[in-house]
Amino acid sequence: MSAALKDLLLGARFAVAGGRDGWTRAVLTAVGVGVGVALLLLAASVPQAFAARQARDDARSDLVSSGQLSPGANTVLLGYTDTEFRGDAVRGRLLRAEGTRPPVPPGVARFPGPGEVVVSPALKALLDSPDGRLFAPRLRGARVIGTIADAGLSGPGELAFYLGDGALTERATARIDRFGQAGLEHEGLSPLLVLLVVIIFVVLLLPIAVFLASAVRFGGERRDQRLAALRLIGADPRMTRRIAAGEATAGALLGLGVGALLFLAGRQVAPFFTVWDVSVFAADVRPGLPLTALIVVAVPVVSVAAGLAALRGVAIEPLGVTRRATVTRRRLWWRLIPPAAGLLVLAPMLGDGGVQGSAGQYQAAAGAVLLLLGAVALLPWLIDLVVRRLGGGPVGWQLAVRRLRFDSGTPVRLVNGITVAVAGTIGLQMLFAGAQSQSITETGHDAAGPQVIVQTHTFTDRAGLLSRLRSTPGVTAADASVRLTTQPARPPRAGEALVELREADCASLAHYARLGRCSPGDVFLVRTSESDSAVTAAYRPGARLTLGDDGGGGSWTLPARTRVVTGTQTYDAVRQDAVLVTPGVLRPSQLAAGTIQAYVWLSPGDPDALERLRNTAVGADPLSMVGVQSAVRMDRKFDGIRRGLYIGAVITLLLIAASMLIGVLEQLRERRRLLAMLVAVGTRRGTLSWSVLWQTAVPVLIGMVLAVVFGLALGAVLMSMVQLPLSVSWPVVGGSAGLGAAVVLLVTALSLPALWRLTRPEGLRTE
Amino acid sequence: MTAAPLLEADDLHRSFGATPALDGATMRVWPGEVVAVMGSSGSGKSTLLHCLAGILLPDSGVVTYGGRDLSAMSETERSALRRTDFGFVFQFGQLVPELTCLENVALPLRLERIRRGEAERRAAEWLERLEVADLARKRPGETSGGQAQRVAVARALVTRPRVVFADEPTGALDSLNGEKVMRLLTQAARETAAAVVLVTHEARVAGYSDREVVVRDGRTRDLTRAS
Amino acid sequence: MSIGQVFLGLLESGPRHGYDLKRAYDDRFGHVRPLHYGQVYATLSRLLKDGFVELDGVEQVDGPERKRYAVTSAGVTDVDRWLSTAEKPELYLQNTLYTKVVLALLSGRSAADLLDVQRAEHLRHMRELTRRKASGDLADQLVCDHALFHLEADLRWLELTAARLDELTKRVLT
Ligand SMILES: Nc1ncnc2c1ncn2[C@@H]1O[C@H](COP(=O)(O)OP(=O)(O)OP(=O)(O)O)[C@@H](O)[C@H]1O
Ligand SMILES: [Mg+2]
Repeated sequence: MSAALKDLLLGARFAVAGGRDGWTRAVLTAVGVGVGVALLLLAASVPQAFAARQARDDARSDLVSSGQLSPGANTVLLGYTDTEFRGDAVRGRLLRAEGTRPPVPPGVARFPGPGEVVVSPALKALLDSPDGRLFAPRLRGARVIGTIADAGLSGPGELAFYLGDGALTERATARIDRFGQAGLEHEGLSPLLVLLVVIIFVVLLLPIAVFLASAVRFGGERRDQRLAALRLIGADPRMTRRIAAGEATAGALLGLGVGALLFLAGRQVAPFFTVWDVSVFAADVRPGLPLTALIVVAVPVVSVAAGLAALRGVAIEPLGVTRRATVTRRRLWWRLIPPAAGLLVLAPMLGDGGVQGSAGQYQAAAGAVLLLLGAVALLPWLIDLVVRRLGGGPVGWQLAVRRLRFDSGTPVRLVNGITVAVAGTIGLQMLFAGAQSQSITETGHDAAGPQVIVQTHTFTDRAGLLSRLRSTPGVTAADASVRLTTQPARPPRAGEALVELREADCASLAHYARLGRCSPGDVFLVRTSESDSAVTAAYRPGARLTLGDDGGGGSWTLPARTRVVTGTQTYDAVRQDAVLVTPGVLRPSQLAAGTIQAYVWLSPGDPDALERLRNTAVGADPLSMVGVQSAVRMDRKFDGIRRGLYIGAVITLLLIAASMLIGVLEQLRERRRLLAMLVAVGTRRGTLSWSVLWQTAVPVLIGMVLAVVFGLALGAVLMSMVQLPLSVSWPVVGGSAGLGAAVVLLVTALSLPALWRLTRPEGLRTE
Repeated sequence: MTAAPLLEADDLHRSFGATPALDGATMRVWPGEVVAVMGSSGSGKSTLLHCLAGILLPDSGVVTYGGRDLSAMSETERSALRRTDFGFVFQFGQLVPELTCLENVALPLRLERIRRGEAERRAAEWLERLEVADLARKRPGETSGGQAQRVAVARALVTRPRVVFADEPTGALDSLNGEKVMRLLTQAARETAAAVVLVTHEARVAGYSDREVVVRDGRTRDLTRAS
Repeated sequence: MSIGQVFLGLLESGPRHGYDLKRAYDDRFGHVRPLHYGQVYATLSRLLKDGFVELDGVEQVDGPERKRYAVTSAGVTDVDRWLSTAEKPELYLQNTLYTKVVLALLSGRSAADLLDVQRAEHLRHMRELTRRKASGDLADQLVCDHALFHLEADLRWLELTAARLDELTKRVLT
């Protein structure tokens, strides 16, 4: 065995040897590195998980793109009846076999006949729960004949059903002869979303990297002493370095093992979470091989590098660990390079440039990473600078400041993690807050308007629908009109002069135009200031019109009594040309070619009103669509991301808090004699507690200031890249900085019991 | 020695688990005297000193200081007492490494909420008295053992305590430095009329005392009194 | 230290012949110089004259006649006094102190007390020297230091002996 290998092995032994203390240290390192590794593996699994999901989604695809099919033994009529339940999406399909050999959707054992339904396990669970009563009407009393197997679901939490419906006709349905389509073109995530995802990962992973680097350094001071002792008995600096490397590698390998276990355990829990309608099977959480290999190699390499880098700052001398007498002043100039480079990279994308193409995404991500790394690089310098300037104060303060001035390495390493996490959080939250406020203003949704729009496809009994809607509990008001598209019968310049026809009573029609007088039998022609001349020419009293998309409603002549009126802004559409018809003018057979559009107002205090409304809509027309006004939806969407981001940041900060706590405890333990002595001479424990608090708080505070500055910069850059007006959301800044403060308090509070314990007189005894 | 004793310990017992460290120790300290506490290693000297100073509480027996029972006081009161009336010198490692020597000496005053300027002025005087004024700006790590020990003596005396407790103050020093520390300690203590309880097993160090108390197996023998 | 006091101490454990006494003395304390017979008999007759020992009997077992001596109560008092009095701290005391310790052990007295008493005396002396040193000039200081170091050596030896009393007791009593 070569000498070098022996040294490495010796170091590895040191990593675990050394009695209880040694074991504690080894366990801490392994858990610390393990948590980091598990998170990295989780991140590495994301692409795979999405790919697996996509593959299953493709396999059940029922979007037909090939030409017309004629009915046959193997064709199926398929209706889309997607819905939502309490904010969760429900994938619903109506099926009617047209022959004897219908294709069966993946994961379904038997094709559901009329009145039969196959549901996903999650939906089954919902139906079996007390909430099931609220959802059941949407299955219209069908008998559950089985559940959909995993192969037919995008995720374990997906709510889905296939309902056999014998009444399905060609109207508003698709005819298919198979499920699944290979090589579907996926319209990937939008570049903006990719950018966000990349930056989210950077923001969450960078602190983990920092955490990893500090986890392998748990018990660093002890180790330095041990190395010094080895030097004393004749190890040369090279051997010392190899021993240190061996120790770091052992810690990292242990950590990899723990990480793998944590990951395996963690992914078993994954199916229980559904975020933003996405859930994953445990089996889908599978890190890709290249990424796994990268982690397995990179973690030990990083930890050895971190260990050796730390050795550089500490000359391991035979006579104890002498920190380099003249503390090397941290230099500023190179620390400015990363943020400057980051800004330089991002500059062309600011303002009108925007993010273009995948190169642009990489550029943007690189810029963001550089910017965040800038914070990492600047922090040690800034802490040095501030701590050197800090003046006197109470004894606790003095002790803390001096301690930091003496050796700020360890706290800096940990606070760096916090800084990156908080800066990234602020940047992203700012972007989301901006996007959110934008989306709300853009919908221009006025609070008095209807919250829900119901659109039927196969049901045109306006009065019937209205009475059903109005008798639904929780519905305060409803209004409906039949919509038909019309075009001039001659000359057939279809497309250019398509206009909407609405049939409703006078009160409803008044929403679309200033009608003046109105009584049943009246017909109106709506004109606006932007009316197209071709349309104006084609639509005159006496003009002959074709009704329905494909003329299904026959033709009809605009009566001479038609009055031209001016359009108004409506709650569902912009001002536009239209034909407004009061009841009794058109025959039901003419109207049957149209759809009904109903506007519904719900009682605000009744969260289940929307679900009951959906039940009513399905009851009237299984293929109807229920749309909730978009402002409400957008809100929720962004809330989800932002909450997720906060949770990620909190987890990261907790990790860092854990390692800070370990650092503080270690330091306290090392100084137990000194602490006991200070108490012996009458130092108040309060004074010592303050010193622990300040010692954590000062670096974190500096880190927070830096994080706010860089976070605002990052946020500004991101907002400008997606062309959002710059606005600072101070609650976001305050909230993120508050997280940092919480970390300080948590660490201090948790270290106090140890402080109490260590300051007992036993500490005075010399070992 | 007609006045009442300043510090009085009566029949102290104190065990650590199954180990009896004190087993009927009795001793008195009169104002201004220097008492050496001698005995072999593990005989309970440090334990006795810690009990006298109210750092440890005895399992049984009483320690009274100026007529007040230490075990009847709260921990806060005892802390305050240690700050104001007692001074401590240990064998080594008692200076805060991050603070300069001057700040270390000023520390007890600062704990007493004395303004920093005033505290450091007084600390400087004491450094001067212990002939280490030139160390004021240095950190403990940059001083020799003997110098650090003299700084520690300055720190013990800066509050003008009535009793200085010294546990092997010269244990880590060579004889010349040990003598110097002892000379400065006893001299300064006599000048401020502070009593000194000096734990040592070096006879030459004990030679600086007025009398000695021997501890054996946790029991004291006050020979000077007996003979 | 006088041989007489040692003899008295040895006799405390029981009457002995002169020859036995010499052998016991040489065994335990005569590492440096064994006793002459003349010294033995001169000492015994002096003790006899002072009333510290008395004749316990005369034996004749094929050879010269042998006298057996026993210690008197006056003799025991004299040993008591001697053992409980501290020696004046002088240089090279070990011999005397060692003898006293062994005798104390042999006679069932407290050797620890003996050592404590001696230590107190040493320390008293050292205190004086320390004081003298503090007030004297450099020459004085050097002289005092010399004495102090020697006294310290003695005391250290005393400590060590005290620490090994148990071991010593076992050895002496076998
Ligand atoms: N905190 C403790 N826990 C357990 N045992 C203790 C503790 N403190 C003291 N002891 C025991 O009590 C006895 C007396 O200890 P102490 O430290 O008082 O001795 P000492 O006379 O000061 O010794 P030395 O001269 O070596 O310092 C010893 O046996 C020691 O092991
Ligand atoms: Mg001790």
